[in-house]
Amino acid sequence: MNKKSAASDTLKQKIKGLKCRECGKLYPAVAMHVCEFCFGPLEVDYNYDEIKKIISRERIESGPKSLWRYADLLPVEGPPTVGLYAGFTPLIEAKNLGAELGLKKLYIKNDTVNHPTLSFKDRVVAIAITRAKELGFTAVACASTGNLANSVAAHAAEARLQCYVFIPGDLEAGKILGSLIYAPTVVAVNGNYDDVNRLCSEVAGEYNWAFVNINIRPYYAEGSKTLAFETVEQLGWKAPDHVVVPVASGSLLTKIWKGFNEFRMLGLIDSVTTKVNGAQAEGCSPVASAFKEGRDFIKPVKPKTIAKSIAIGNPADGYYALKAVRESKGSIDAVTDGETIEGIKLLARTEGIFAETAGGVTIAVLKKLAMKGLIPPDETVVAYITGNGLKTQEAVINAVGDVVRIDPSMDSFEKSLNIKEKNN
Amino acid sequence: MSHFRIRIGFPEDKITEPIIYQIGHEFKVVTNIRKADVREKTGWVELELIGDSGEIEKAIESLRAKGVKVEPIERNIIE
Repeated sequence: MNKKSAASDTLKQKIKGLKCRECGKLYPAVAMHVCEFCFGPLEVDYNYDEIKKIISRERIESGPKSLWRYADLLPVEGPPTVGLYAGFTPLIEAKNLGAELGLKKLYIKNDTVNHPTLSFKDRVVAIAITRAKELGFTAVACASTGNLANSVAAHAAEARLQCYVFIPGDLEAGKILGSLIYAPTVVAVNGNYDDVNRLCSEVAGEYNWAFVNINIRPYYAEGSKTLAFETVEQLGWKAPDHVVVPVASGSLLTKIWKGFNEFRMLGLIDSVTTKVNGAQAEGCSPVASAFKEGRDFIKPVKPKTIAKSIAIGNPADGYYALKAVRESKGSIDAVTDGETIEGIKLLARTEGIFAETAGGVTIAVLKKLAMKGLIPPDETVVAYITGNGLKTQEAVINAVGDVVRIDPSMDSFEKSLNIKEKNN
Repeated sequence: MSHFRIRIGFPEDKITEPIIYQIGHEFKVVTNIRKADVREKTGWVELELIGDSGEIEKAIESLRAKGVKVEPIERNIIE
């Protein structure tokens, strides 16, 4: 048996193929994302019986300090080839923030320090591009206004793959610097959001590229499960009582719920009683609105919020996120832009973590849920902070106060600061 | 020949109009409906458009001009 077929056998043991979430039709594990029959989304279909035979806490603990320690539950064939250091970010016991919110067991999962581009997208992209290479692609692509573009461009550079990043034509120059530095081809598409969105879908259908969040989406999305796996392991092999997760496409929340349940199903933890809570900005809250109104379908909205990284008006996985929240008996709430800025400042002031706007939304919703009594003081709660504040400085530039300006003299210094303590 | 999968959302006042039939006549595209839910006040149809990409784009533009919402089957893909 040659090396290739041995690797394929390994894949067969771990993955059966792809499966339609709606009608259950099965497909091989190739680059496709929509069921040819019912147009439902495809998801990776694992061979859990085989995985159960090999997986254990010890096996995971002896793995690398990255998300690849969970490779048995990730949709790749062989060893990782790109994004080797993604994941395994700190889970911080947030005592100061907890004291302010009246929560005794509050933790922050800090993906503001994810490698290499400082957002949770490094998880999903590490998986997507490793899988894209396995499938033989020589070019990768995405449509993005921020974090996803940064991560795809960086990983493509590392993997020596061609990279195409599509952005709306009116995106500010500063927003694309974090992608352009990695030297991808950045295509700025003129037109309104719907036109740009439609063109990207068309291009994905016509070119043999690995569009990470389109034809590679079934593999890409699985990377988000690692946030749940790490949380459980870092809490001493226990699922938390509550999580608070920002909701954009809805995929992250859905996969965190899936991750907890996979660990339970495989016997790595005894039970999952986690309530999964979603966080949206009021200016783009189609999932929160559906939850509030008791609907099982999402009404698309036109986003108007400073939390641009989670401003998805017609989310692909909104329906599934809603379902996961209801199954887990959690809730979804939305906050104003003002509350979002206060959330960013509160996290920075209490825990020394500078989050982007999505993190501000998460902290503001956490605060709201705690105040409503939906998160009791003694229960364990984990808030997911998914991106770094250095990327969205414009959101807080007018809200952070000013410097104390002085002349170069001790007199000026002392008069301005009026500090009592001094040597002698 | 291109294939493009879309979802059309009908507002209440467009539900009775034969919009899909019309674009099949106005443009060189084959319309292949896969899933639909059309009710008294609202409705959606998921279908595939098959044809030259220029004709598909013109058909989508025409659908929008007729007052229905058109999106790729993946919904929003700009993340």
